[in-house]
Amino acid sequence: MFYRETGQFKTTYEADSAVFPILQDRIGIAAMLVFMFVVVPLFANDFVINAIMIPFLIFALAAIGLNILTGYTGQISLGTGAFMGVGAYACYKLTSIFPDVSIIVMVLTSGFFSALVGVIFGLPSLRIKGFYLVVTTLAAQFFLEWAFIRIPWLYNYNDSGAIEVPARSSFGVIITGASATPTARYMVVLCIVVAMTWIASNLIRGRIGRSWMMIRDMDIAAELMGVRPLYAKLSAFAVSSFYAGVAGAMMVFFWLGAAEVESFNSDNSFLILFMVILGGLGSIMGAYMGAAFIWILPILLRAAPEFFGIDVGADTMEHINFMIIGALIIFFLIVEPHGLAKLWQIAKEKLRTWPFPYA
Amino acid sequence: MKKLLAMGVGLATLAGAATVSVPAMAEDSLYLPSLSYRTGAYAGGGIPIANGYADYFAMLNARDGGIGGVKVVVEECETGYKAAKGVECYESTKGKGALVYNPYSTGITLQLIPKAPVDKIPVLSMGYGLSAVGVGEKFPWTFNYPAGYWSQMSSILKYIDSQGDGIKGKKIGYIYLDVGYGKEPIPLLETLSKSMGFTLLKYPVAGKEMQTQSSHWLKVRKDRPDWMVMWGWGAMNSTAIKEAIKIRFPLNKFIGNWWSGAHADLRPIGAAGKGYLSANFSGVGTSFPALQDVIKYVVDKGDSKVKSKDLVGDVLYNRGLFNAVIVAEAIRAAQKLTGKKVITGADMRDGLEAFDLSTARLKELGLEGFTAPIKASCADHEGGGSIFLQQWNGSDWKKVSDQIAPMTDLVKPLLKAAADKYTADKPDWKTQTCK
Repeated sequence: MFYRETGQFKTTYEADSAVFPILQDRIGIAAMLVFMFVVVPLFANDFVINAIMIPFLIFALAAIGLNILTGYTGQISLGTGAFMGVGAYACYKLTSIFPDVSIIVMVLTSGFFSALVGVIFGLPSLRIKGFYLVVTTLAAQFFLEWAFIRIPWLYNYNDSGAIEVPARSSFGVIITGASATPTARYMVVLCIVVAMTWIASNLIRGRIGRSWMMIRDMDIAAELMGVRPLYAKLSAFAVSSFYAGVAGAMMVFFWLGAAEVESFNSDNSFLILFMVILGGLGSIMGAYMGAAFIWILPILLRAAPEFFGIDVGADTMEHINFMIIGALIIFFLIVEPHGLAKLWQIAKEKLRTWPFPYA
Repeated sequence: MKKLLAMGVGLATLAGAATVSVPAMAEDSLYLPSLSYRTGAYAGGGIPIANGYADYFAMLNARDGGIGGVKVVVEECETGYKAAKGVECYESTKGKGALVYNPYSTGITLQLIPKAPVDKIPVLSMGYGLSAVGVGEKFPWTFNYPAGYWSQMSSILKYIDSQGDGIKGKKIGYIYLDVGYGKEPIPLLETLSKSMGFTLLKYPVAGKEMQTQSSHWLKVRKDRPDWMVMWGWGAMNSTAIKEAIKIRFPLNKFIGNWWSGAHADLRPIGAAGKGYLSANFSGVGTSFPALQDVIKYVVDKGDSKVKSKDLVGDVLYNRGLFNAVIVAEAIRAAQKLTGKKVITGADMRDGLEAFDLSTARLKELGLEGFTAPIKASCADHEGGGSIFLQQWNGSDWKKVSDQIAPMTDLVKPLLKAAADKYTADKPDWKTQTCK
């Protein structure tokens, strides 16, 4: 699938096994982090932060979670939306029961509930594979949606049946609820997402990640070499659901502010699966690219006619949007079935030697 | 090379899209964002609402040159009935001087309620959303004229009580979409079943079962309720009526709420649906002078998005139009209060609170008999509107009852309790005190 990029001469083992072996990558990532941590909070307006950046980061985190399961371990899942829901409802219950504990701790704790549910619904993966597993994860999706509606305890018996985010502050700054500034919410989301991305990339590079990839590439061979499918598959389900759960909790607490069960339906699961496939199965960078493509591009396309002074109805634009996005998905997948991450990798390799590739 | 070229084309498309930004709106206009859903599963209901809303303002612009001499700009933002898209629409339009939001979805309403006081833009959820927002002391920024779901339910029960030998000892079946919207009236029903002496039977329909209700109606046939009341939306409505016909449930004992009685729901059923009742609060048909003006100034000139003239006057078209009437009248009230022509969201809030749609004013507007008078106050954000019942005659809706006022004395304490519950776990919630 994705191999480490090479081409720059190394003199030490340490340099050779660095996370980013290529100099340009290191500069690029540093620039990206500066952009996200400094430029966006300083210069972006509310709309960009609220409607573009926060959802983008949250979806990217959910996509990393699903990528661990689908891209790295080879277990296709359509239950991501529901696992996000578990995280959201768990976080809501936790913060209602313990209102004084920092909401950031609660968001991260809620991931464990989601991981537990993920492991339970991951059990069938020990016996069944491929499309059959898709069906069982879809069952998880439907069961959990049902549970979110029919167990009123989960939403504190609200008449509206929705979970509503109370205002919570951390370090003296209000970070959830409507009175929290977009920048404050953005910074919390960004810190969590960056930290969890870093953890994910290390997990994948280590023993656990390698056992996942062995299971993906050939489970029988992996078993013969001493990888225990029980641990490998279930740990993938657990970690994946943990990420989805945290993403779901952040979705409600730092972005939407209130959520009905609708926010966690199967559309959501498909959306995240498309992000993973389009971005690149088995690539963390791809999760970000897929999330950007599926979430940010339609928003930009919607703003396009107004920018060029063309008067198109909102509904017509929506239809055009569907067509353009659909066509672009097909186009990119034909050009490079391994997704945007692979395209980016090829582009980088070519550009590094440009204009004299054979020199 | 080919691959590189193809990649270049793709990336260029991306880059082209990335340079787009949103330009600001003109200063001297009244800007009204319209969160519409002309796409998606509920488009059948969303299209007439959005048309009615836009057409009334287009008529005011064409006939009177706007409101108080200021043009009204209505900008639609497509939500597809999805909460996440609705929030995106909200964020993208609130900075342009939006006066009021009509979310047209319970999910979006719930997300906008806490944002309204922060951004100082009121939310008008006309006959949907959270019933509790009718308590003005607790929800200074949210309004639900002309009535909330609980008031509506009490009016429906009052109607049932006025028919035949009353409601006492009867069995009332309640079939509802099993989401927040459908579950909301249950506390009221349970309270009233004790005080009014009827038996309540509940038939929840999950969102996925909207079009497969056979099992629910088999149960209805077994339970033999005397009346059925429905809280449905979209495809659920016509499916339920078809199933009711199948089990030979008397349709004149089947009452839908005001979101379960549109032309779009009954046209596919046609003559077979004769007798079906539904609640409504916005007049049916085009016999009102204001609607004639809409046809004259907007529809005939081809400035409307309606597909054909026959669709003007549809239940949901008139609903959207009525929403526009409320907003327009609130803008007038705000202009009068502040003395300014161009108002802000905060002025609009005061205008909505000083809202008074009297019978005389309705006549002036060319909407005599369109709806019951609405008068709001600081404490009452529901406006005390009334509902009437309409019946499908096989091809069109006909008004069959007078305006039925809700049982305010029973509903108010419940609303207060619900409002208290909503604000209980939000210590920093901003309330207001009313004289």
